[in-house]
This record gives sequence, C-alpha cells and structure tokens, in this order.
Amino acid sequence: MDRALIRRDFPILDQKVNGKPLVYLDSAATSQKPRQVIEAVSQYYNEDNSNVHRGVHTLGSRATDAYEGAREKVAAFIHAPSERQIIFTRGTTESLNMIAHGYARKRLREGDEIVITPMEHHSNLIPWQQVAMATGATLKYVPMQSDGTVSLADVEATVTHNTKIVSMVHVSNVLGTINPVKEVAAIAHRHGAIMVVDGAQSVPHMRVDVQDLDCDFLAFSGHKMMAPTGIGVLYGKREALEDMEPVHFGGEMIETVELFRSTWKEAPWRFEGGTPIIAGAVGLAAAIDYLREIGMDNVRRFDAELTRYALERLSAVEDLTIYGPSGERGGLVTFNLKGIHPHDVSTVLDSEGVAIRAGHHCAQPLMRWLNVAATARASFYIYNTEDDIDVLARALETTKEFFGHAIG
Amino acid sequence: MQLDDLYRQVIMDHYQHPRNQGSIGGETLSIDLKNPTCGDEITLQMKIEDGIVTDVRFQGAGCSISMASASMMTEAIKGKPVEEALALSEEFRKMMKGEEFDADRMGDIEALAGVCRFPARIKCATLAWHALERGADQKS
Repeated sequence: MDRALIRRDFPILDQKVNGKPLVYLDSAATSQKPRQVIEAVSQYYNEDNSNVHRGVHTLGSRATDAYEGAREKVAAFIHAPSERQIIFTRGTTESLNMIAHGYARKRLREGDEIVITPMEHHSNLIPWQQVAMATGATLKYVPMQSDGTVSLADVEATVTHNTKIVSMVHVSNVLGTINPVKEVAAIAHRHGAIMVVDGAQSVPHMRVDVQDLDCDFLAFSGHKMMAPTGIGVLYGKREALEDMEPVHFGGEMIETVELFRSTWKEAPWRFEGGTPIIAGAVGLAAAIDYLREIGMDNVRRFDAELTRYALERLSAVEDLTIYGPSGERGGLVTFNLKGIHPHDVSTVLDSEGVAIRAGHHCAQPLMRWLNVAATARASFYIYNTEDDIDVLARALETTKEFFGHAIG
Repeated sequence: MQLDDLYRQVIMDHYQHPRNQGSIGGETLSIDLKNPTCGDEITLQMKIEDGIVTDVRFQGAGCSISMASASMMTEAIKGKPVEEALALSEEFRKMMKGEEFDADRMGDIEALAGVCRFPARIKCATLAWHALERGADQKS
C-alpha cells in the first residue's frame, strides 16, 4: 500500500495554506475525508434522501436500507455479535453521556464507585463527575506512572467490590498511551463492575474487537475515522443495553404512545429518538469500507512507523520536550518547545502550512499532571508521509530561530 | 500572512520583560479569567481610589500575545481614571475588529494591531482587557 497513492484520495490535502503546501497533522482532532466518503454522502443526498423507518415509498426504503446497512457494517467492523447492539449517536461525547445518564444515573447509589484515570478526555470525565454528584457515588482515579501509563497493579488496587463502573480511554489523545483495556475489563468484571471503553482514538487507528476486549460499552466517533462530523457509535452488550434507559424521547423511538404513558421500541432503536443522522451513517459506512480496503492492521502499522519516525526526528530538535510513553503508542506526538508557548509555536507552524493542535486538548487534569498549561500535538493518519514529519521538524527549527531572533 | 506583523519587537519585549507583574497584596479587587479554549489564564488586580487606577498588577500563564497584551494594558492604565481605562479598552476592541481606532491614544499598544489578521489569536490579545472591564464593572 502506497501512502502517496492513498494521499490522492483526500482532495483537501492538495492545497496551499499561507503559500505553503498544506501539511495536516491534526487528525486526532478530526480526520480528513477521502473522496469515497464525500461521494457516498453526496450520492445519498442526490439520489436516496428520505426519512427512515416510516415512508412506504421507494426512497424511504432506500434510505432505511442505507441506514440499517451502515449499522451492520459498524457491527462487523468492531466484531459486535449483532447489529442490534450498535446505537448511532452524534459522537463519543454523546455515547458516553448516554451511558452516564441512561445507565449509571439510575443504578448507582451512595457508596458505589466509578473508576477512571487522570488521562481521560473531558468527555469521559465530566459525565462521571455529574453521575457522582447526582447519585452520591464516589469517583476514583487509578494513579498514573511517571511515563504516562497505567499499571494493572494500580487498577487492581483501585477497583473494589463497591466499584460499579470502570471507564477508561483506550488510546490517550495527549500521551498516545495505549491502555490495556482488555486486562482492565477482566479486573472490573471480577469485581462485578462493568467496563466502558472510550475508543475515540483507537477505533479509527487499530483493530478493535469488542468480544475480544469483553467490554460492556464502547464509544467512538465517525469524524476521527474519515466519516462526517455528527455521527458516532455506542456499542453495548445485550444485558447492558437492556439495563439502559433512553435519554432522548420523541419520534422514531416509540412503540405505543398513550396520553399519559408510552412504551419504547427495542434496542437499538429506542435509543435513537428523532430523525437520525442518516447521511452521517452512510458516510460512516463508506469510511469503514475504505479502512477495511486498506486493512486495520496496515493502518496500525502505518501509524506506528510514522510515529517512530516522528519521535526520532523530533528528538533531534534541541529544546523540545516530548510527552508520553517511550514504548508502543498511538499515532501522535505531544511536545513543547522550551520557552515558546504552544500557541506561538502553532502560529509559526501555520505560516509554514503545518496544521497542529495547541492547547489543553480537553484534558485539563492531565495538563496539571504534566505540570504544563498547554502543549502542542502533531497527530497522524494514513495520508501522512515521512515528508510531512520532515516539514514539521524544519518548521520547528524555523520557530526557534524566529523567536530566538524576535526575543533577541 | 507575515509573522512579523504579529510578533513585533515591542510585543516580544513586553513578553520577555512583563511590566506590573505580580500581586498587590491585601484586600484588593482581583479578577481571575481563563480562556477555556486554550488554557490562557490571568489574574488581574487593581487598586482604584477616587476613580483612579492607582495600582494594577497581573499574573498569568499564556502565550506571548496574551501576556504582552496584559503587560501593555497595565502600563497604559496605571494612574489613569477608570473611565479613561475603559475608553482605551473600547479603542482596543475596535483595533481587534480591524475597525478604525484612535492610534494616538493607543501608543505602544498599536503594536498589537496585527493580531486582527490572525483570527485564532484575537482571544489571546483580549483576555487582559476583558479582565479590566470586568474589574471596572465590579467596582461600580
């Protein structure tokens, strides 16, 4: 598989930004979309657009087939036992909130525990703070090792028989840490707790098999895996979905509506109140086709190769600190240049056509743990090349020169 | 887009050697502000006596633009009537929107005029001024 060939599938990459060829290194924020996805969405609107599950007419059937077909594709992609365990949401944040408010809030009591880590994205942290406040449950953190990993011994020491939920990010969006969620799930289950996995940064980049992980819930977003924004997924085990209440009430999710009470459809439809994100699901299906064509093992290998190259190249930049584990990690490198704020770094890089992320990456507790106010992050996907990393490294040298000069 | 338009010498000087940095101490009007999208933080303290800003200090963590802007702002308003400080803030807003502003009044601060061509950085430049406006609001 040739990266240069893959790159041609992404029309947006073929442009100049501030007079320089665009080098897009912000895929952990959102990925770019291949022509195949853009065309699938466009074809849906040009030829098939209709509401789902109601019209008896032909377009209605086509739209329903496309939407439900996407559900089957997602199920196969993460090896879910059934497509009925796939709920379409707006993204990881909504998926996690659905678990927090539809599942946890009604089931947790004072004395129960929720266990997370300090490296969670705000979307896998604030919903649990809210649940803890509403139910009186205790929010506990598994401590982190100095290299930004979590040890299973610490998980064992934190999870107790009062723990009802363990929720953990699979791949950290800041450190790139790949957490041993399968082993953590086993520990959670041994204590009678359920395991929630935040797969926002893992599902787009590696093979994720929900039956192998044995997680009770998995949440992820389409837009980080080449699909449009606004579509995401919540996978749940059958029992877990049985125990979850809908959080969105209205059309599409009901069975019978009476004047003072109503009953719901079965899962997953009872969780999808209102007209769903049909075109988003169509785009997600096309993205899955695209990724499967390349093969998730190849995607992972590309990421690993490029990350290794980036770590090597950036380590050679003087006065640059790299955060996160030195071993295996996801496709991103978070760093700071000594004495130069990441916003300033990002502005200079942008003038060189290089797009990176600067800020707290929706992980303020982790920033405090790292003892920094903010960081810069370069993140990769299969359309990035070693040339992109070289441009980044050179642009970082330019940044240092510029500030060295400006500061005098 | 010219980087030199953004990072003018005088801005870098204020960033490197911030004026009025620190805290006044004692019971003082104190405003904490954060820019939630990027994590810039500022604590602005003001002593206002008979409608005059007799002392002003800031502490913060942020990029060159946010910290230089804070430094320049404190220098400009120290010893001035609150109304004058607010009028200056109004001119600064105009400058950030790319509108016409009173350059004579701005002095050194005019060096930040280039920020309006870097939309992602306008919030950095305005943070300290928001703190000033909020402080004046609380005082009145």
